[in-house]
Formats: sequence, C-alpha cells, structure tokens
Amino acid sequence: MGHYLNIIIRAVFIENLPLSLFLGMCTFLAISKKVKTAMGLGLAVLIIMVVTVPINNLILTHLLQPGALAWAGYPKIDLTFLGLLVYIGVIAAVVQILEMVLDRFVPALYNTLGIYLPLLTVNCAILGAALFMVERHYTFLESTAYGFGAGGGFFLAVVALAGIREKLEYADPPAGLRGLGLSFIIAGLMAMAFMGLSGLEV
Amino acid sequence: MSESKRELIFSPILNRNPIALLVLGICSALAVTGQLATAFVMSVCVMAVTACSSLIISLVRKRIPSTVRIGVQIMIIATLVILIDQILKAYFFSLSKQLSIYVGLIITNCIVMGRAEGFAMSNPPLASFLDGIGNGLGYGFVLMFTAFIRELLGSGTLFGYQILPLTVNGGWYERNGLLLLPASAFFIIALLIWLLRSMYPEQQEKD
Repeated sequence: MGHYLNIIIRAVFIENLPLSLFLGMCTFLAISKKVKTAMGLGLAVLIIMVVTVPINNLILTHLLQPGALAWAGYPKIDLTFLGLLVYIGVIAAVVQILEMVLDRFVPALYNTLGIYLPLLTVNCAILGAALFMVERHYTFLESTAYGFGAGGGFFLAVVALAGIREKLEYADPPAGLRGLGLSFIIAGLMAMAFMGLSGLEV
Repeated sequence: MSESKRELIFSPILNRNPIALLVLGICSALAVTGQLATAFVMSVCVMAVTACSSLIISLVRKRIPSTVRIGVQIMIIATLVILIDQILKAYFFSLSKQLSIYVGLIITNCIVMGRAEGFAMSNPPLASFLDGIGNGLGYGFVLMFTAFIRELLGSGTLFGYQILPLTVNGGWYERNGLLLLPASAFFIIALLIWLLRSMYPEQQEKD
C-alpha cells in the first residue's frame, strides 16, 4: 500500500505535471482566470487521467510490447513504435465517450465541464502522463495510482494559480505585462516553491 | 514572392507570435530550452511537423467530415510525429534521449493543432504550408531566444562551446545557477512577452 501512496505523493508534489515538468501549460495558463472554472477543468483532467493511463497500460502490456502478441501466435512482433498513435487515439476516444456519458447521465456535471472536455484531447499533460507511464514501466495498479496522482497534482496547481490570479485583479502591473506575462511570472514562482518539495519520501 | 505570402511566413515571428500572443505550445518551450542544441532540434521538428501537417490537412480538408475532424487531424499529426521520432532515434540517438518524451509531445503541441484547425481547414495547400513554416519559425524564435540566454548565462556556453570562461575552470565568469532551473524559462518568456507587447501595444490585454 505504501508503495502506491508513494507513487501518488510523488506525482502530486514532487513531479507535479504543470509545475515541475511543464506539461499541460497551455490550458494551465489559459483557463485559470477564475477559481470556479479552474476547478471544473482540474476535475476533468483528473477523471480522464484516472481512466486513460490504466487503459494505455493494458494496451501496452497486452498488444504493443515486444512479445506481447504471443497469445495470438506472433511472439516476435514489436509494435512499440505505434505507441504514440495508439495512446492519443485512446485519449481522444475516452474524451469523446466521457462527454457522451456525462451528457446522458450527469447533465449537471456535463454543463460544468462541457467546454473543457474536447480541449483535453490536445492537453500535453494527459499524453505526457501516458508516456511517463511507459518510460517508467509501471504495472497496471501502479499506473492507476500514477494517473490519480498526476491528475490530482494538475487540479491542485491550476486551482492555486487561479486563486492567485483572482487576487491579482487588484494589482496594477505595467500594461505590457498584464494578463499573460504576469501569469508566466506567477507560474515561475510557484514552480520554484514546488522545487522545495523535491526529495520528499514517504 | 508576393506580399501576402511573405506575410504568412514572417508575421508570426514578431507581431503574431504563437507563443507570446496566442498562448500556444508553451509546454515544450519551457522544458527543452536549457541548451541551444536541444532547442534548435525541437524548433526544426516542430516546424517540419506544422508545415507538413498543415499541407496534408489542407489537401484533404474537403473530404474530412466536420464531426470527426479533430480525430482525423490528430491522426495525421501523430503519424508525422512518429516519423520524426524514428528519424531522430536512427540518426541522432543521443539528442533523442535528451529530448525524451518531448518529441512525442509535439502531437499535443497546440501550435500544430491550432494551425490545422484555424488555418489549414479553410485555406489552400500552398498558403497552409507557408503558414505552418511561419508559425514554426515564430515558435523557434522564442525557443532560441530563451535557450540563448539560459545557456550563455547559466553555463557560459553556446551550442556546447565555452564562451564565458567559468570560475571553476580558472576564468572570470561565475555561472548563474538559477538559469539552469526550468523555472527560469518562465521569467525569460514573461520578459520577452513584455518586450513584444511594448513594441506592439495593440497586443496588450485589456481588463
């Protein structure tokens, strides 16, 4: 159990996707003007990561890895070069399915997340989580834990940034720095604060 | 070359820069700018993918049903990225190790997607191709600028050659460790945005 907890804590705090690995920056900076919308976005990312990282893990171990197709009588085939295409396909499909399911069964949540869902296909944090899962050779359970932690980390970071940006409405920066420029600087300071957590072990 | 074509290529560099104005493709811009060499390779890869994907998508744009267009675009882009990834692995193995997952992440680089959706779907092939090259150049400009500052002041080198002699080797330059941290890219890009928006006041955000 402690092993999985460690993976989650690493993914949330030490290897936080937006703040220490700089993935998912576009949505992170673009949709963090209000805490409420940021929470919706964070939740959508969390759900999609918890679903897609384990699915991609199953596909990798049972279809793509060298020797994975032994059950079908092709023990020598190595399809790992198709990885990128398959992972992004899975993500696009899951996003689409999730959108339809939410629309049908949980309209309230759909209305909150609605506009962010299609955007998430091209969020590098989600594809990045899948690629890190491959690079680190996680098992199925480990990748579930990692998906949860990575999504949670994104949620935490985007809500924190939105909170700070809401407060900055009252600030009076130079005209050229207003908006995007200032968000970059805040994100940089947050990233440096997160570096203080590196080396944490459970 | 006619006026409009020149504009397609050169206007994204300064006055319509994809990173500084449209907030597209930032992730990789921060992660690979520690050294000029990686930033250069990344810029070239992104430019190639953007130009080729815009060209291909523009060629088939009338045959793509609008309901599944995102999926089709992603598949075209992913195929091109796999090609680039395999080429890098075959001929520049150590560079491809350094770029690690960031080559794969070109797929989700919003510049590629944004140009496909925003320009190539509604314009003829040649214009789309030039637009792709232009946006790749704009992206490359920000990347090279950031990497230049970070590598020169952070480790005293450019493309790996020693420019400023370091104190640890008996020279005079005390290196600035802050610039080796990825977080410093945030500050450099923020300053670049500030500079661009002071030059082009119409880019400034209103409240």
